[in-house]
Amino acid sequence: MTPILSAANVSKHYGAIRAVDDVSFTVAPGEIFGVIGPNGSGKTTLFNCVLGQIRPDGGRVAFQDRDITGAGPLALSRLGIGRTFQSLQVFGGLTVRDNVIAAAQEHRGTLWSRLFAAPEIGLGAKADETLALFELAPHAGKLAGGLSYGQQKLLDMAMAFMADPALVMLDEPAAGVNPRLIEMIRQLLQRLNRERGTTFVVIEHNMDFVMALCQRIMVLAEGRVLAVGTPAEIRSNPAVLEAYLGA
Amino acid sequence: MRTALRIAALVAILAALIVAPQYLRNYGIYLLSLWSLFAIAAMGLNLTLGYAGQMSLAQAAFLGIGAYAVALLVKAGVPFWVGVPLATLVAFAVGLLLGFPALRVQHHYLAFATLGFNVLVYLAIRNEDWLTGGSMGIGQVMGFAGMPRPSIFGYSLRRGIDFYYLCLAMLCLSTLLVWLLLRSPWGRAFAALRDNPVRAESLAIDIRAYTLLAFAIGAGLAGFAGAFYAPLVQLFDPSPFGLLESLSLLLMVVVGGSGRFWGPHIGAALVLLLPHWLQALLPAWLGPPDQWYLFVFGIAVLVLLTWCPGGLLAIPDRLRARAQ
Repeated sequence: MTPILSAANVSKHYGAIRAVDDVSFTVAPGEIFGVIGPNGSGKTTLFNCVLGQIRPDGGRVAFQDRDITGAGPLALSRLGIGRTFQSLQVFGGLTVRDNVIAAAQEHRGTLWSRLFAAPEIGLGAKADETLALFELAPHAGKLAGGLSYGQQKLLDMAMAFMADPALVMLDEPAAGVNPRLIEMIRQLLQRLNRERGTTFVVIEHNMDFVMALCQRIMVLAEGRVLAVGTPAEIRSNPAVLEAYLGA
Repeated sequence: MRTALRIAALVAILAALIVAPQYLRNYGIYLLSLWSLFAIAAMGLNLTLGYAGQMSLAQAAFLGIGAYAVALLVKAGVPFWVGVPLATLVAFAVGLLLGFPALRVQHHYLAFATLGFNVLVYLAIRNEDWLTGGSMGIGQVMGFAGMPRPSIFGYSLRRGIDFYYLCLAMLCLSTLLVWLLLRSPWGRAFAALRDNPVRAESLAIDIRAYTLLAFAIGAGLAGFAGAFYAPLVQLFDPSPFGLLESLSLLLMVVVGGSGRFWGPHIGAALVLLLPHWLQALLPAWLGPPDQWYLFVFGIAVLVLLTWCPGGLLAIPDRLRARAQ
């Protein structure tokens, strides 16, 4: 089967520092793929190379057989790649409901046709459904900027799913979130993966979360791939234990 | 219930605006006409700045582009009612061009880029005497009577009161169109651009297109207002289209409440009318009011914006937050 996402020999250097050094991996459709590694191991730089925030110095990235190396965020989102950010990224001055509608409206019609479209552009029902799924329905009419940290995190995720993306890249979805919410996020992601077949690539620090969520995990250390395998394989890999525990 | 109350308030204000000229002298009617047009131009700036988050210090330049464009078109024999959409289109197109710097720089850098543009337009109008009459004014090229007042369906709008009703109608039309625009998906995209352009782009929102459109539509509204400003004042020179007037338009938006729908209407009223009221109301024993009413005005604005940076329309929210 063609991988939904593949990276071949991706590199990004900052002077003498090899932030990402010759990294290759593939993600199969419908998979939940985790990327872990100690601080400074190059996870976020790799993410940014794939998502077009920065241009890699070398290597190729492909989405469903299409070369997306160096493609910008706009092009990638139009192709159907959703993402969340490490820091909170919602539209604070819009209501929660308008946030999720904004997240999908540009996939409908043309720029010109949207000017004359109905305000909700046919996304009202889908917005309500998505907000219910992410347990944000009671806050639909509030300004997103007034939500709690955890609620904004959920909203950020809800926005990434509004346009029915084939692939969603999540940058530390569990960071700064309380244990109850972490568990809810895990169950939600697994449900979306099961019911909609959405593929995920997840960067995360929280090992328990990654081990419970992902089907396959890639470990980065000093910009290079240290290991790839199932959670059980990663847990028992001596090189991984050494990188993490310094043993 | 709240919607009904709002509609009732709107109808009452509109009725007051229709009846008001009966109780005003010529200068009062002129001020109300001026308010209508500045409210339109401020609405344009509110769209660019308040809704789409793009700093602009060039709104008066577009007012000038609209005014000179319509005057020169009428001089060339184009009917006024054809000249108005053309002048609007010219301002829209120039505004689109001014949007390009905004694709590269933001915030105070953008403020200076647009400021430079305003100075450029001002100097161009002033120096091209053969076309614009330069600092001698449009009368140099259009004749001493300047820009004629238009007619509509054969009915002349030469009288101040008739022309005021035209300005008011244009304000209502602009308000309705901006309301529809902001309710449309474009309005949501503008707000997304303002709140978080990086996130917007990751959700397929074309921030380049919306930035350019925010400038162009904002400029178009100012050009539209300018096209009626020309026949309102009839004789004009470049001075009302300089940097100071752009700052004044910015003040209208900020004082009214940037990013609030009725902010420009209220802000324009305050900035245009309050100095005149102060002139009339300040006690004479303090000295001639015309020498220091601007001082009082400046302090009033300073106090307001320190206490409530969101502008006049943010005051209810502020009081509510305090009560809780």
